[in-house]
Amino acid sequence: MTTRIFSSGIRRREDPRLITGQASYTADIKLPGMTHAAILRSPHAHARIKSIDASAAAGRDGVVAVFTGADTEGALNGIPCAWQVPNSDVKAVDHPPIAKDVVRYVGDAVAVVVAESRYVAEDALEHVDVEYEPLSSVTDPKKATADGAPQLHEDAPGNQAFHWTVSGGDAGAAFSEADVVVKDRIVHQRLIPNAMEPRAAVAQWVGSTQDLTLWSTSQNPHIARFLMSVVTDLPEHRIRVIAQEVGGGFGSKIPFYADEAIIAFCAMRTGGPVKWVETRSENYQATIHGRDHIEEVELAATRDGKITGVRAAVWAGMGAYLSTASTGIPTILHGLMYAGPYDIPNVHGDVYGVFTNATPVDAYRGAGRPEATFLVERMVNLLADKLGMDPVELRRKNLIPAFENGHDVSTGLTYDSGDYEKALDMLMDSIAYQDLRRDQAAARSEGKHVGIGVTTYVEICGLGPSQVAGAVGFGGGLWESAIIRFHPTGKVNVMTGASPHGQGEETTFAQVVSHELGVDVDDIEVLHGDTDTSPMGWGTYGSRTTAVAGAAVALGARKLKEKGKAIAAHLLEAAVEDIEYDDGNFFVKGSPDQSKTIDDIALMANVAWNLPEGMEPGFESTTFYDPPNFAYPFGAHAAVVELDPDTGQISLTRYVAVDDCGTQINPMIIEGQVHGGVVQGAGPALWEGAVYDDGGQLITGSMMDYALPRADMVPEIETMSTDTPSPDHPLGVKGIGETGTIASTVTVYNAVMDALKPFGVDKLDMPLTPERVWRAIHHGNGS
Amino acid sequence: MKVPIEVTVNGRQYRHEVEPRLLLVDYLRDTLDLTGAKIGCDTSQCGSCTVEMNGTAMKSCTCLAVQADGSTITTIEGLAVDGLHPIQEAFWNKHGLQCGFCTPGMIMAAKELLRNNPSPSPDEVRHGLEGNICRCTGYTNIVKAVQEAAAVMGGAS
Repeated sequence: MTTRIFSSGIRRREDPRLITGQASYTADIKLPGMTHAAILRSPHAHARIKSIDASAAAGRDGVVAVFTGADTEGALNGIPCAWQVPNSDVKAVDHPPIAKDVVRYVGDAVAVVVAESRYVAEDALEHVDVEYEPLSSVTDPKKATADGAPQLHEDAPGNQAFHWTVSGGDAGAAFSEADVVVKDRIVHQRLIPNAMEPRAAVAQWVGSTQDLTLWSTSQNPHIARFLMSVVTDLPEHRIRVIAQEVGGGFGSKIPFYADEAIIAFCAMRTGGPVKWVETRSENYQATIHGRDHIEEVELAATRDGKITGVRAAVWAGMGAYLSTASTGIPTILHGLMYAGPYDIPNVHGDVYGVFTNATPVDAYRGAGRPEATFLVERMVNLLADKLGMDPVELRRKNLIPAFENGHDVSTGLTYDSGDYEKALDMLMDSIAYQDLRRDQAAARSEGKHVGIGVTTYVEICGLGPSQVAGAVGFGGGLWESAIIRFHPTGKVNVMTGASPHGQGEETTFAQVVSHELGVDVDDIEVLHGDTDTSPMGWGTYGSRTTAVAGAAVALGARKLKEKGKAIAAHLLEAAVEDIEYDDGNFFVKGSPDQSKTIDDIALMANVAWNLPEGMEPGFESTTFYDPPNFAYPFGAHAAVVELDPDTGQISLTRYVAVDDCGTQINPMIIEGQVHGGVVQGAGPALWEGAVYDDGGQLITGSMMDYALPRADMVPEIETMSTDTPSPDHPLGVKGIGETGTIASTVTVYNAVMDALKPFGVDKLDMPLTPERVWRAIHHGNGS
Repeated sequence: MKVPIEVTVNGRQYRHEVEPRLLLVDYLRDTLDLTGAKIGCDTSQCGSCTVEMNGTAMKSCTCLAVQADGSTITTIEGLAVDGLHPIQEAFWNKHGLQCGFCTPGMIMAAKELLRNNPSPSPDEVRHGLEGNICRCTGYTNIVKAVQEAAAVMGGAS
């Protein structure tokens, strides 16, 4: 019975507490004696702090303490960037948790107030008197590199944070010999991640034992503990980080933020627990942003449509400081994917990381790969236009043929397994592509404007082999671990170092153990998110939780299966080679009546009355899994849009996603990941974008100004799948968390540009708002 | 200055003296420890704080606690009586949630939607829930959940 739940969309084990309001998120925590912090943030994009007078704030009723950069200097180290990409001259500029001399973006922390209530703390912020000397500022990453541009950091001349290159084959020769070259300038506007739960932190300090506990909205509590130790100099074993219920992250809760160190500092100085919860407008300023690329791209091809080279120069805005994983995003997770799913032998990219007076940028869902997919897929469409070919036929002509175990790519990667054309075929059948094109032509003749966008993609996820992590400068490992603990009654706890926050691994990991050991999923509880009880792990991001931590769980279960066989052989007085296992039962080959259940085994292993000579008691495994390669999910997506030329309004009327994430453990959860990912990627194509004014003020400072997709703005997302198993993962699993976002931005964008073809518009920057579209139709190409 | 208020929340009567500026959502969360309603924005855009007041859904961040004096309020914690409410059950069945943060507000908004329109079309569900933002699900399964709940409830609210 139990095995049937594998590859089955069973309801999530997480949900009962979430649908009843009984789940406890960080902002829901209430501790005895708890005080509340509010952080004063710079209203200037760039300014020298001439003086700070906190005395009036500190003297207010209910205020416990006010701290400024002068207080934290010497007590807190700088906030580190944990990814030192090699051979790229990364400038590890100082990032003080509270600014002391200079503020470098609107949102930079300047002071913190601790008070008996949040209301009192916020009131007091207005009484911290800060005198600023405004300095000139720059938020555009290309302009920031120009001569005479305002300079952010003394040790980063020209605002250059790094310069990274990728090369494969001979791009120079490919371009000089090309029949056809197409060029474009692509802008990926800044995005605000908008996890529905703003960040929060509660810090508790026990002076007598020097123990710090931090409840944090983190996607990776072990990394948070490690970096908290680096910033505070507290020994790592005295720090406990707990990420209990976390309300979405999408990458924005990977970084270790200054705010967490500040709140820990407040707890240590005031002696009692301190809570801080970000407001949404604060989130827009102080939580990382995503994307922010200006790209100059060209594609070389033969006149019959064989792509021979891709070349790109990218200016990637990093914001004012280098956030935790920021440097790896526009480099390793971006430039290495310039060949996409195509056989492109020659690749060259230059990526310039640039400091700007804006909120730091870091991993946001897809993180570098949506930009890479966009780059390739946009250029393929421009090439199709130039050659007069159908864009789908052009893709077919260049797709890498099916492979099962490794395909070397010109960027140096080895894709794991793929059948890209199969996914495209499935998509073409599903949307009846040829009919759709005929309908489009017919509609055009009646004055109705429909656009079709088709994407084929492959992405890199399941991060990743730790040796590679080291080689590319990531300041940590990327393996995962699992403890599987059977209690005497046969009930099971699974402890993982990954830290899911909506992805459903409490369910999928239970399905894995159930599948491997025949235990009912209701008898398995998956625990995560607490550095004191979860084994070491590197967290949930990069579509790696099931791909890496899930592999540790599967292998751990198999270890217990072997131990179970040895115990069963001993109890049944049979040779261990003669013990067979099926769905929770160990039995003697040929004599199924001579058997022991997994419950029998768990009980005997726990009481240890009669175990094989020399066997350790207990029925528990600890497993570490370091993946041999990344995972490379792939697929084909299509979008259909309708354009109203009179208003510029775009309606996304249909979206079909075919994704291949290898073996599926819970198809319902996988579909949910695709639904959400697709809409999150459609957002920037049509509506989303963070906008700074010339003075560095964030104009899109709240949900009233930053247009998030709402239910009535998107259609039902249709999902389908192929399932090409990973040759590396013990269950054949790849990853699915980011595919939707990686493919959908360019799919929707290309659909709109397809609709705009009759108007002669072939260039338009995102988001494709009605105003921009209308202006382009009526006044020509615009950006 | 504090002002006395009396409210009935999830069937229980409460009397408190509150600051006139205290938001209802903060009163529910901090004073009554009913943390099911969430705070996802500060501009009444996200709907995570949606509760039912005197039989109508409202965003509890747009209301002062003193304005709720004398009212009867149901929060997500009060929805499950004799087992899960059909809307809760349907969100579970249809995978209408991922991180769960918007879910209490989304479920309370769905309850209001079904009270006004017991058999909504998918488009009507989408329009009915446009005041609640979800960043995880892309709304596809939320729409399916509300439609399943409508079918189960058969016109009852």
